[in-house]
Amino acid sequence: MTLRTEPFVINFGPFHPSSHGVFRIRFTLDGEVVVDAEPVFGYLHRGIEKLAEERTYTGVIPLTDRLDYISSMNNNLGYVLAVEKLAGITVPERAQYLRVILAELQRVAAHLISVGAFINECGAFFTPFLYMFREREKIVDLLEMVSGQRLLYNFMRVGGFNQDIPEEFLPAARKIIAKLPAHIDEYDRLLMENEVLLARTKGVGILPKETAISIGAAGPVLRGCGVNWDIRKADPYCVYDRMQFDIPTGTVGDCYDRYRVRVEEMRQSVRIVKQALEALPGGPVKAANVPQILRPPVGEAYARIEAPKGELGFYLVSDGGIAPYRCHIRAPSLINLSALRDMVIGWKLQDAVVTFGSIDITMGEVDR
Amino acid sequence: MTTLALSSAALNPAALASDWPGNFWLHWAVFSVLILAFVLGVVIIFVWLERRFMARMQARIGPNRTGPFGLLQSLADALKLMLKEDIVPDSADHALHWLAPIIALVPVLSVFVVIPFADGAALADLNIGILYVIAIGSVASMGIITAGWASNNKYSLLGAMRDIAAIVSYEIPLAMAVLGVVIIAGSLSLSAIVDAQSSVPLIFFQPLGFLLFFIAACAEINRSPFDLLEADSELTAGFHTEYSGMKFALFFLAEYGESLVVSAVVATIFLGGWRGPVLPPWLWFLGKVFAVFLFMVWVRTTMPRVRIDQLMALAWKFLFPLALINLLVTAIEVLIWPNGLPWPVIFLNIAIFLAVIPIFSRLFKLGWGRVEVPALR
Repeated sequence: MTLRTEPFVINFGPFHPSSHGVFRIRFTLDGEVVVDAEPVFGYLHRGIEKLAEERTYTGVIPLTDRLDYISSMNNNLGYVLAVEKLAGITVPERAQYLRVILAELQRVAAHLISVGAFINECGAFFTPFLYMFREREKIVDLLEMVSGQRLLYNFMRVGGFNQDIPEEFLPAARKIIAKLPAHIDEYDRLLMENEVLLARTKGVGILPKETAISIGAAGPVLRGCGVNWDIRKADPYCVYDRMQFDIPTGTVGDCYDRYRVRVEEMRQSVRIVKQALEALPGGPVKAANVPQILRPPVGEAYARIEAPKGELGFYLVSDGGIAPYRCHIRAPSLINLSALRDMVIGWKLQDAVVTFGSIDITMGEVDR
Repeated sequence: MTTLALSSAALNPAALASDWPGNFWLHWAVFSVLILAFVLGVVIIFVWLERRFMARMQARIGPNRTGPFGLLQSLADALKLMLKEDIVPDSADHALHWLAPIIALVPVLSVFVVIPFADGAALADLNIGILYVIAIGSVASMGIITAGWASNNKYSLLGAMRDIAAIVSYEIPLAMAVLGVVIIAGSLSLSAIVDAQSSVPLIFFQPLGFLLFFIAACAEINRSPFDLLEADSELTAGFHTEYSGMKFALFFLAEYGESLVVSAVVATIFLGGWRGPVLPPWLWFLGKVFAVFLFMVWVRTTMPRVRIDQLMALAWKFLFPLALINLLVTAIEVLIWPNGLPWPVIFLNIAIFLAVIPIFSRLFKLGWGRVEVPALR
């Protein structure tokens, strides 16, 4: 006698320990095997793009904090670059270097969270996560020193910064940067050769190079497939063209590659911060000619940066008023997420969770 | 500390028994209460110890507010759970939902009937002691399966399914690993097994058996890295998703009680049980139990979780053949030296242990990858 079986639907989220916020996937399972996965999002939609049309250009900056809230310094940067492009403002050298320093520190902090959360999703009981939070705390301390905030910095301004960094920032940053590589090595010793981690991530959730390019994936998800594409090199902004750094890439595009790329990127970020700290010039931190109420000329501008999660782009249209006529945000999390379904079908439910974690999304950015 | 004092009183059963000759029921009642107190007390210490020890390993402090060093934290948690409302889903099978935590807990308590806490200090020195431990110990999974079914929740059901798969597979290497010990000791009785370790703990004669038993036991009681049935990153809480209040507390107790069972059995059959110099036997026993438990906590903090197919592959491709090899080697050794193994055999066994593990880890790949599934849309 054969027993009749049927696939069943399991509702993963919106409130789930591994859903990175309020994300929901409708998994259709055949036993443990994922037959279908349907992402459902919109639970965190706050209408940021529409709200931006009602704010002054400076007033939008706090909204960008709330996109990918674990890397808000990068969001600020992407937005102010777009406004500066729109209004034709040149930023002083010192501010450009400081932007690189802050953005790279933020990248390390964001990658620490994403790698830690990823290992947690593999089932490690918080040990790597908490070790990585220990280092993230120090970086967040640095960013608090300059901005007074620990999560949503709202620090960058159109034309530079409102205020210069405090005196104690540079020595503190040098100290932390000197220690970080040793800490990253420590994680490697714990994780890189861990048999269980290798068994769980190697060859799992493979994203083919062609698919990654065709869906427009960016960041570690794309580089994990072996595509050498980084906005910092491909379309340099600020002073990245003066920095020496490598772009780590994976080979097959599995979860392990994405994880390795993130760890290597932390090392490269440390390298960049080190160089920027050495080369940091003096001078003003804000362009002189920026008016209090900015009215950029009629036109449009698109600026993109390499955010921790991928290419973060801001598309602004000005009608000559005090608020953007249209503000569109190219959110890397959302676009990378569109690869999820193809990556998880045929794998076990546990692999699906690991693959989902390796894409590394923030719901604030997916839903905006 | 009260618990420790109580259990040390329990460790003089000869005296107790001679006071009430023939009074079986009184004997039974006193020991049942003492075993319950022992399990509850040690589990409360275990929970505290696990949280503190794990916190230290994770660069944090752990509970330190309730009582000295946070010692009362577990008591406070237990009190909270007792006072909480018991929520049963409307669509659940109410009778089974109520029964499941009891089915899970009772076998765990029952196992302690045969564990010798000191010389002769066991409620019943069954001559099939280790068989009883394995048989009763696996009944606890029935509670988990019942809970998964009765909750009428898909996460619970998946957890229960994983537990069925794990229990069916891991029972075999577990029993096979114990057989090596049984052959050397020549008896199934736990007291006899402890007696067989009067000079050297059996872990030295059975390094492979110890490893296999420990891994299989961890998988059987669902300790990390085999805690698939309550994997919080996929199944939120697995089989006890729909449990709250005292019923959840019973599951919690059963889970840590199982850890205590495994620690106690490992201490008894591999580490020499209550035997040890200078210190009193019950202290030796407890010390070994805590050492094994802390090792389990250490593994939990270090390892990510294996996948369900890797779990199965580990049981059938690694543990089972290795257990057969261990059994064969031990049987041959006992045939050659029928009057007790001489100590140089230790080196032979350790050499075999070091040789077969790398060979076997190269022979097989753990699990299999993607499965071709029919497209739904």
